[in-house]
Amino acid sequence: MNYGIRNRIRNGGRVTRNEAVELFKSDDLFSIGKLAAEVAERRNGKNVYFIVNRHINPTNLCVNRCKFCAFSRSKGEEGAFELTIDQVLQRLSASCENSQTSHGSLKQGCGYSEVHIVGGLHPEWHFDHYVEMIAAIHQSFPHINIKAFTAVEIDYFSRISGLGLEEVLIMLKESGLQIMPGGGAEIFAEGVRDQVCPEKISGTRWLQVMETAHRVGIKTNATMLYGHVETLEDRVDHLLKLRELQDKTSGFQAFVSLAYHPKNTEIGGFYSSGIDDLKTIAMSRLVLDNFDHIKAYWIMLGEKISQTALLFGADDLDGTIIEEKITHSAGAMTGEGMTRDDLVYLIRKAGKTPVERDGLYNEIWKG
Amino acid sequence: MERITKERALDLLNSADLLDLGEAADRMRKSLHPEGIVTFVVDRNINYTNVCINQCKFCAFYRDAESPEAYVLSEDQLFKKIEETIVLGGTQILLQGGLHPDLGLDYYTDLLKSIKACFKINVHGFSPPEVSYLAKKHNLTIRETIQILRQAGLDSIPGGGAEILSDRIREVLSPKKIKSGEWLRVMEEAHELGMRTTATMMFGSVEESKDIVEHLDAIRSLQDRTGGFTAFIPWSFQPGNTKLSKEWALGDQRSAVKSATAVDYLRILALSRIYLDNLRNIQASWVTQGLKLAQVALRFGANDFGSTMIEENVVRAAGVSYSVTKEDIVNAVKAAGFEAAQRDTYYNIIRKF
Repeated sequence: MNYGIRNRIRNGGRVTRNEAVELFKSDDLFSIGKLAAEVAERRNGKNVYFIVNRHINPTNLCVNRCKFCAFSRSKGEEGAFELTIDQVLQRLSASCENSQTSHGSLKQGCGYSEVHIVGGLHPEWHFDHYVEMIAAIHQSFPHINIKAFTAVEIDYFSRISGLGLEEVLIMLKESGLQIMPGGGAEIFAEGVRDQVCPEKISGTRWLQVMETAHRVGIKTNATMLYGHVETLEDRVDHLLKLRELQDKTSGFQAFVSLAYHPKNTEIGGFYSSGIDDLKTIAMSRLVLDNFDHIKAYWIMLGEKISQTALLFGADDLDGTIIEEKITHSAGAMTGEGMTRDDLVYLIRKAGKTPVERDGLYNEIWKG
Repeated sequence: MERITKERALDLLNSADLLDLGEAADRMRKSLHPEGIVTFVVDRNINYTNVCINQCKFCAFYRDAESPEAYVLSEDQLFKKIEETIVLGGTQILLQGGLHPDLGLDYYTDLLKSIKACFKINVHGFSPPEVSYLAKKHNLTIRETIQILRQAGLDSIPGGGAEILSDRIREVLSPKKIKSGEWLRVMEEAHELGMRTTATMMFGSVEESKDIVEHLDAIRSLQDRTGGFTAFIPWSFQPGNTKLSKEWALGDQRSAVKSATAVDYLRILALSRIYLDNLRNIQASWVTQGLKLAQVALRFGANDFGSTMIEENVVRAAGVSYSVTKEDIVNAVKAAGFEAAQRDTYYNIIRKF
């Protein structure tokens, strides 16, 4: 790696677009990884975060039907499902009873501290239904952080309700939504979106939803789906757009790189290589100098690459994730859940300090 | 590059930064294999029997002779498997099995002769525990036993059964299995007779860092004398369905994921590349680590992707299986930035992809 770039990054300076593309294209896995690890350590010390959480998908019915998605169904199609609000609550309380209690101080009454809710764009549900769902969850589990609805869903709510983005987001926030996941970003570049998800909102719209969410006080994540048809330039462009918005709002908590899974999708193709996964983690750590956290999402990367990523700039393994359906529909080779002990063990074996967090990165336990 | 000492190796294993270690291993791999080719062999693991008197605690594959799941493959079954292997472009079978109390040397020589009479395929077979067991059973020396097997058609010997070459560890894991000295003796005799063999290591059970270094040192010393090892293959203990994991579970509630992790694997792989300066080839183990980590392993010292494993039973018995075709392997190697090439048992390149 060029000495000038390394020095600048070490001193807290920024990577330019051309430099980032050049680094991404280079074979210099170790220099990139070591520098990213250094940057991560400067920001988070040896801490590696994880969360005991639960995913729930209220429906897989979706009007979008993206080509890379193996999860969505049309109404009446085999495997289609839609949960009532009562069913959602039942599932949450059932896993509440079963999930592993953590060291002492967990959110009252439940073994997990966050519920992650994303689903398809249901053809018939009204916006009120979603607001009621969030309110009902918040009422039944007031101490759990509710992380719900990607920018794509928020945009859809705005369209079906005729309300502006800000109104939609404020209503959801007032009913209990605190955090939004970063899904639906895919790759911002238009040419790529036309190929992989022409029905989905544009990159600009995604960023607009996030900017509005940040403004009304909702923290969010950001993602990038890579390894399909995009170029490395597209990846860098994506990261830079996120960096730019974060400069304005500081509303992003974490960046999550999502490795494309080819099975059962219309695009097909191959799994990204483990080397590419690690390099992408490291490059995101280097480019996103204003993000606190880089997540190695084990459901997507597998437990082995995720653990290795902790030495390439990642500082979060995400969660225990009871019940994951979306990635598994596309041939994820990981199990559907990991126990709290498993996560702690992987983090320690990587030479890091495990920190259990809630949805807002408040420390619950440190080992 | 100067040879590293045992002390230095121990130090690296315990405290080197993993990426520094990986970078050094990657540099060494590049200087040994500057052409940027990653090889693999098309072969099938054929386990002629699962009956085994050794009953190692880390093994999920063996059965008692009385078990309803016990089997010995018939010649028909075996031939069918070999035919399928050849149809798929295979050049080798890895023929290994348990130490079956009722199978004598005749069984082995008949098997080898009939395979060789019918097929043009390399028989990579009978790891040191099997060879040693046959020698004892028939009151032969190791050398005589190998000679008899070789005359019947055995081509090369796989490096299985090495586990950790430390008798202290073997006493815990596999008290009935041959000791370290015997494993090394079988390999040395085979090399002296002009046969090539591989060497393996199974880590991540109860060994300590110093045992790993002793293991690597034993392999390096023997290789200095004979030059007979073609490759070194480290892999991690797969705890599913084994006695050892049951003991762990009873002891301190450790779950199955808690054996060697990815980071441990890469560390040991990289150290192996650096320490074994007289072995040309280091294999990545996608069978135990999955394709993605195996790709990463190609930057941590490995230059070979092992076998396509048309069939694999032993790791599968421990609950770990990745469904992988030859195309998957070629694609994985290319995606990792290398040229993929099919090789034979002796690392001659047969075909590039």
